[in-house]
Amino acid sequence: MRKLKYIAICFWALTSGLLNAQQTPAPEQTSPITIKGATAHIGNGSVIENSTIVFQNGTITAIGGPEVATQGTLINAQGKHVYPGIIAPTKSLGLVEVNAVRASDDQDELGDVIPHVRSLIAYNAESKVVESMRPNGVLIGQITPQGGRISGTSSIVQFDAWNWEDAALKTDDGIHLNWPNSFRRGRWWMGEDRGWKPNKEYSAQIDELKTYMVNAMAYGNGANSSNNQGFKAMQGLFDGSKKLYMYANGEKEIIDAVTVAKESGVKNVVIVGGYEAHKIIPFLKQNNIPVLVGQPHALPNAEDDDYDLPYKLPKILAEGGLLVGIQNQDMSNFQTRNLPFYAGHLVSQGMDKEKALQLITGNSAKILGIDQEYGTLENGKSATLFISEGDALDMRTNQLTHAFIDGRDISLETHQTELWKRYSEKYGQ
Amino acid sequence: MKKLTVALFTGLLSMSLVAQEYFPKNDGVKEKNTNYTAFTNATVYVSPTKKINNGTLLIQDGKVVASGKSVSIPKNSVIIDLEGKYIYPSFIDPYTNFGIEKPKRAEGQGRSPEYGASREGFYWNDHIMPERNSMERFKYDKKNAEEFRAAGFGTLNTHTMDGIARGTGVLVALNDDDGDAARIIEDESGQYFSFEKSVTSRQSYPTSLMGAMALLRQMHWDADWYEKGNVDTKDRSLEALIENKNLISFFEAGSKDNNLRADKIGDQFNIQYVIVGGGQEYELIEDIKATNASYIIPINFPDAYDVSDPYAAKYLTLEQMRAWNQAPMNPKTLADNGVPFALTTFELKKPAEFKDKLNRAFEYGFDKTKALEALTTVPARLLGATDKLGTLEPGKHANFLITSGDIFDKKTTLYENWVQGNKYVVNTKDQKDIRGNYALSAGGKTYDVKISGDVAKPKAKVSMGDVEYPAKLEYSDNWVTLSFTDEKTNQVFRTTGIVPRDGSNFSGRLLLPDGAETQYTATRTGGETETEDDKDSTAKKPELMPITYPNVGYGYDAKPRQQDMLFKNATVWTGEDAGTLANTDVLVKDGKIVEIGQNLRARGATEIDASGKHLTAGIIDEHSHIAALSINEAGHNSSAEVTIEDVVDPEDINIYRNLAGGVTSIQILHGSANPIGGRSAIIKLKWGEGADDLIYDNSPKFIKFALGENVKQSNWESYSRFPQTRMGVEQVFVNYFNRAKEYDQKKKSGKPLRYDEEMEVVAEILNGERFISCHSYVQSEINMLMKVAEQFDFNVNTFTHILEGYKVADKMKEHGVGGSTFSDWWAYKYEVNDAIPYNAAIMAKAGVVTAINSDDAEMSRRLNQEAAKTVKYGGMSEEEAWKMVTINPAKLLHLDTRVGSIKEGKDADLVLWSDHPLSVYAKPEKTMIEGTVYFDLEKDKMLRQKIKEERNKLEKMMLDEKNGGGKTREPKGKDKQYFHCETIN
Repeated sequence: MRKLKYIAICFWALTSGLLNAQQTPAPEQTSPITIKGATAHIGNGSVIENSTIVFQNGTITAIGGPEVATQGTLINAQGKHVYPGIIAPTKSLGLVEVNAVRASDDQDELGDVIPHVRSLIAYNAESKVVESMRPNGVLIGQITPQGGRISGTSSIVQFDAWNWEDAALKTDDGIHLNWPNSFRRGRWWMGEDRGWKPNKEYSAQIDELKTYMVNAMAYGNGANSSNNQGFKAMQGLFDGSKKLYMYANGEKEIIDAVTVAKESGVKNVVIVGGYEAHKIIPFLKQNNIPVLVGQPHALPNAEDDDYDLPYKLPKILAEGGLLVGIQNQDMSNFQTRNLPFYAGHLVSQGMDKEKALQLITGNSAKILGIDQEYGTLENGKSATLFISEGDALDMRTNQLTHAFIDGRDISLETHQTELWKRYSEKYGQ
Repeated sequence: MKKLTVALFTGLLSMSLVAQEYFPKNDGVKEKNTNYTAFTNATVYVSPTKKINNGTLLIQDGKVVASGKSVSIPKNSVIIDLEGKYIYPSFIDPYTNFGIEKPKRAEGQGRSPEYGASREGFYWNDHIMPERNSMERFKYDKKNAEEFRAAGFGTLNTHTMDGIARGTGVLVALNDDDGDAARIIEDESGQYFSFEKSVTSRQSYPTSLMGAMALLRQMHWDADWYEKGNVDTKDRSLEALIENKNLISFFEAGSKDNNLRADKIGDQFNIQYVIVGGGQEYELIEDIKATNASYIIPINFPDAYDVSDPYAAKYLTLEQMRAWNQAPMNPKTLADNGVPFALTTFELKKPAEFKDKLNRAFEYGFDKTKALEALTTVPARLLGATDKLGTLEPGKHANFLITSGDIFDKKTTLYENWVQGNKYVVNTKDQKDIRGNYALSAGGKTYDVKISGDVAKPKAKVSMGDVEYPAKLEYSDNWVTLSFTDEKTNQVFRTTGIVPRDGSNFSGRLLLPDGAETQYTATRTGGETETEDDKDSTAKKPELMPITYPNVGYGYDAKPRQQDMLFKNATVWTGEDAGTLANTDVLVKDGKIVEIGQNLRARGATEIDASGKHLTAGIIDEHSHIAALSINEAGHNSSAEVTIEDVVDPEDINIYRNLAGGVTSIQILHGSANPIGGRSAIIKLKWGEGADDLIYDNSPKFIKFALGENVKQSNWESYSRFPQTRMGVEQVFVNYFNRAKEYDQKKKSGKPLRYDEEMEVVAEILNGERFISCHSYVQSEINMLMKVAEQFDFNVNTFTHILEGYKVADKMKEHGVGGSTFSDWWAYKYEVNDAIPYNAAIMAKAGVVTAINSDDAEMSRRLNQEAAKTVKYGGMSEEEAWKMVTINPAKLLHLDTRVGSIKEGKDADLVLWSDHPLSVYAKPEKTMIEGTVYFDLEKDKMLRQKIKEERNKLEKMMLDEKNGGGKTREPKGKDKQYFHCETIN
């Protein structure tokens, strides 16, 4: 009954704004808020039952059990669950609205090696796809250019903003490099069959990359008369202010990628994909390489692979002692709202729920380099979190009542909930 | 110059043998040669099963006069003594394109597909060319003929290998000398068909295998109609087809499953094709045998893959590696099972490979008599030429081989290949065998010379002490020319000498590096030493991997069998009014659910402790594109004539993966390339069974329709096909339904009628016998199709995708149509802008039968999770959510009396889950269909282990093959494609 009333109010409140693309961003937090009684899933593997979380001015100021004093507005979350905002790495959210409509697609610029191309300035803070992330708890994303060899420079944003400047959490955080494959698919459009065959250009392609890296490094060493935007963009890799995201799946490719990056003086390397990373865990550990592994909702790459290899791969890597996060780069952007369920799926493979949660929160924040403020529910960190009626990793119980970004109480309505309410109302449901 | 004289001489000689007597002659005078040629003292194979020791073959005028033990030799005979030698009928290759130039590929104009035919006065489809007469394109190719003769072939059947209906072929003897008048044995040796389009036309239709099948069927129906005089216009294609209908029909099917497809078409029209197979018949031998067809079998056994790079080996599937191991057993398996077949060089790069490949088959136990039959008497029979070819009985063409011994022995040398009485020397039989070891002395030095290898083209090794001298040996007309190089000084020694008729030594002249000449003598010191080639022939037959069902990774050693089972203490999701029952037993007997209750007695069934587990009906996916070889026939805006049932692929690994996700039944829908798509295949995922056994018995009949962006080709460059707008889509439907109505009325009136498969199918819709599942997105088009259906007095059965169904849920309810939708997909096309994950819940609450489907090989294996999303989005109860992937799709598919819930009497299509089936934490532990367990978590573990072991074993065998000097090729992945609605293949 309460729910019905709530729906009715919302419906009334929203009918006037139906044609607006995006919910109005929430205002700054002005007074303290306390969430009490919920099971707090910290995002670092631990959990606090019957928790109290206090935040003000966008920052968590106290977290603990029932003993922590309430301040300001009280949200009674007895029986509910609190989670840190989920983080979506390597996505082009806000860069493309409708995949098939070319005019709405800004994710892949012409050119093969274009590190200077920046996603942030094209990020559409009012994207309907972006807002549809929030009701599932996905609140932060790494907005990433796609395609080519070096696709460009990403930035990390939060998902409730007036414009890209508002949205930015970390500007120009990383450069994304699609490592070549030692095998390539047949060019079926030219009459070849689709099967994988050796890529004769693999060495040459690696060599091109090495040459580019060496030149970028040399450019940074001296006073340059020329103004090379590409080389300039690369400098952050050598001084450690940017990370290099290397997309590679094969064992050989991962080893090659890491080796070349290290030899080229790149300070921070992240492997994205890592389908065969489980075969070289010691190598990755030794080189201190985190992995943003592909989502479990995927088919095995090879016919003879275990049917559940994608299901259990993140678990194998995490148990091997690697720093692991989950991304779904090869899926459509709208799928990113399923991040909590990717983590949930790992639990069916025997992974601990809190550890699974880490792969989409605390670990991702560490890998993206935003863990000082985001990714876990800890004192002093940003109050970017959400409250769910039940277990947020299971689709049946992922029912959000509140979500906060930097303490701002954001709307959980979307274009989609509006249509839902409008038509439910039409049929008197 | 010398060569030229020889050629001229043979030319003249043979012309006198077979001249056309009524032709005038101006370059000389007409003379006749009526002499006989007698080959005596030979071992003569008159036929593969009739061997005559010390026999005689007598020929005259290109024909066999007599053959046998006691042949009286006329006085005017040239006698050739073949003491110690063998005579065989020469080989016949029934499937080549000898002497026929490859047709040129049509140039494209623009990117838009071409829908019309490019010809006038012929059939409406360019790929149907029964009128093509290959004789008109034939040009005898001497060079190629020589290659075939060297491989033992004397007669070839040839045609233009291009198109679906390819016209007639030519049977030709490899007679270089007498011109087409003599060498052409048949100028219409048969009619030829395949599933492959012609390269000479860019006409789009058919774009798929199932389209090619439908086209062949319609071609026959049209020929029948034409033959009965019902057509006023002239169609030269159909006229040719009708005229040639008594010729033998050859069908290039090219794979084990396509053999069955071709045979099925033949059966429908009372044609028994001679089928050109693909080489994997051994995998389906029972079905192959059941076709009762004769086959032409290529022996292009795959080479081993070079797996020295372990990173590369991973791109190979077990299936591919097994094919290398197993394919050479194909001829033996066919022979053992009594399937009549001829062998062919088809698919080999050159005829010279034939011998090696055939040897491989012998290593696998292929019987040599059967092999000889497959190269002589069987092809002669398949070509209807037993009166002329295949044996050396009197009256037949004098096409035979002279060899040094048993023809299939590796060491045997083929000396001569006689065609129509003309002699063609492959290796001279009069040359002495010089293989052996020699001491070559010259200028005070003695070199060791070892001569080995082929008797006609021996190789030499020269050494002195430890030093080896790279050497080159030429041997012809009894002249030995040997040169060798001292690598230290880079000096070349050259010798030449003639081998005397008697004695075992030879001598001649040696040219020293400084130009000085001296004499040398080579003294034989011993017999031939064993060479590497010989070792190879003694190599052991490789260990044969067992065939599994299906014969790919995760196939079972034997087809899984039905079991009686009692599930004890499960949480049973009945999907019926009974709801979900705690601690309940379910008894399965003879493939059916027989009892549901508490404390049931096993009555001989295997008890399975299911406490803490959940038992549900198997998941049903209303919209799937796995397990099919093609999905769209995109060549026309309607393709009702095609059916996915024609192209079910029972070996798709996604069947197994779906089972592991709890799926037991799927509808394989045609894609959405056109407003009226093709017919569905509704199958059970019986992993290991053949294609036809997957399809439901008495399957409900369905057809795919589609609306919106895909059918109007919005998202790719194509502007030439109607419709390009939603307005046009309606007109396509109205037009087709009107025509189908007229067609049906005419049919029912009993008047003669051109059988039109497309109209037959559309009429079934109007008559309520076939149901539509329509791909749909936006509300306008959904409403439109309902109105069109109402206008024609039938109901749309299902809207699939139906992402704006929630906007017209009331209208859908009123029309009585169901909805099968995605849980949460949107934003990929403009028409899914308003797609919302609440769609399923709103439709269901409005009273529409609602299902959640996949359209995706990945999502289909976790449809339980997709159903659970309707709890989140729209607040469905768990029971109702579960129905969206079980009983509701069963209702939509008219299968709800058979499957979809746990109810006594229904098929035991069940899944045992580790946890609550809607939970993201659950996984299937057992999936069964009709009481047969097709997926079992424990068995899966064993299969993984077996795959690993077998891959290791095969990799090692391939490495050995490489290290032993065998041929290898680069690893290359399988040509596998994943389908969605939009996939045009």
